[in-house]
Amino acid sequence: MSVTVLYFAGLREAAGLSEEQLELPESLPALYAALRERHGFAHGQGQLRVACNGVFCDWQRVPADGDVIAFIPPVSGG
Amino acid sequence: MPFRITTSAIDNTAWREALCDSRCGAYAAFEGWVRNHHDGRPVLGLYYEGYAELAEHEGRRILAEAMARFDIIDARCIHRIGDCSIGDMAVWVGVSAAHRDAAFAACRWIIDEVKTRVPIWKRERYADGDALWREA
Repeated sequence: MSVTVLYFAGLREAAGLSEEQLELPESLPALYAALRERHGFAHGQGQLRVACNGVFCDWQRVPADGDVIAFIPPVSGG
Repeated sequence: MPFRITTSAIDNTAWREALCDSRCGAYAAFEGWVRNHHDGRPVLGLYYEGYAELAEHEGRRILAEAMARFDIIDARCIHRIGDCSIGDMAVWVGVSAAHRDAAFAACRWIIDEVKTRVPIWKRERYADGDALWREA
């Protein structure tokens, strides 16, 4: 039972990788808190949006086996 | 109303032609270009990183919302990612409508939504050698 986490932009640079496979977490906030601690991310949860399987989702969504999760820092396209 | 992420230079000719429709009396477009300064600092170039799958999904949602919100016939958008030079077109938005008011308003609304919702990040390279991820 695992999930894949994708990193972009500042989070990718801070983590030093663009994705990693992790054990299925209890919740998305718990997953981000653990990753923030491990990789030293500057962003608090409130500054990020979260996406699951290529679609924005709610932080309350319960992660499932095989999910592809991405934490989305403030964007700057255009 | 397609929304596309591309890694190559934007050629909007075919995109504009796709909007042609005999019901339309108006076409409004926005082009975003790479400029050579930010907050007074000289910029040499840009790198855009994107989460293409999520960006195209969210981009299509924005265009669908625009179709519901404004009296327009069609709306399309293309955004470039990867390395861009000064003067390159980074984003193009095109809207067709029966009348100009809706075309202008929808075009403005779409580019504003794209800039705040679509997962694309800009990394600026400055003349002093520094480089920074911009976060809006």
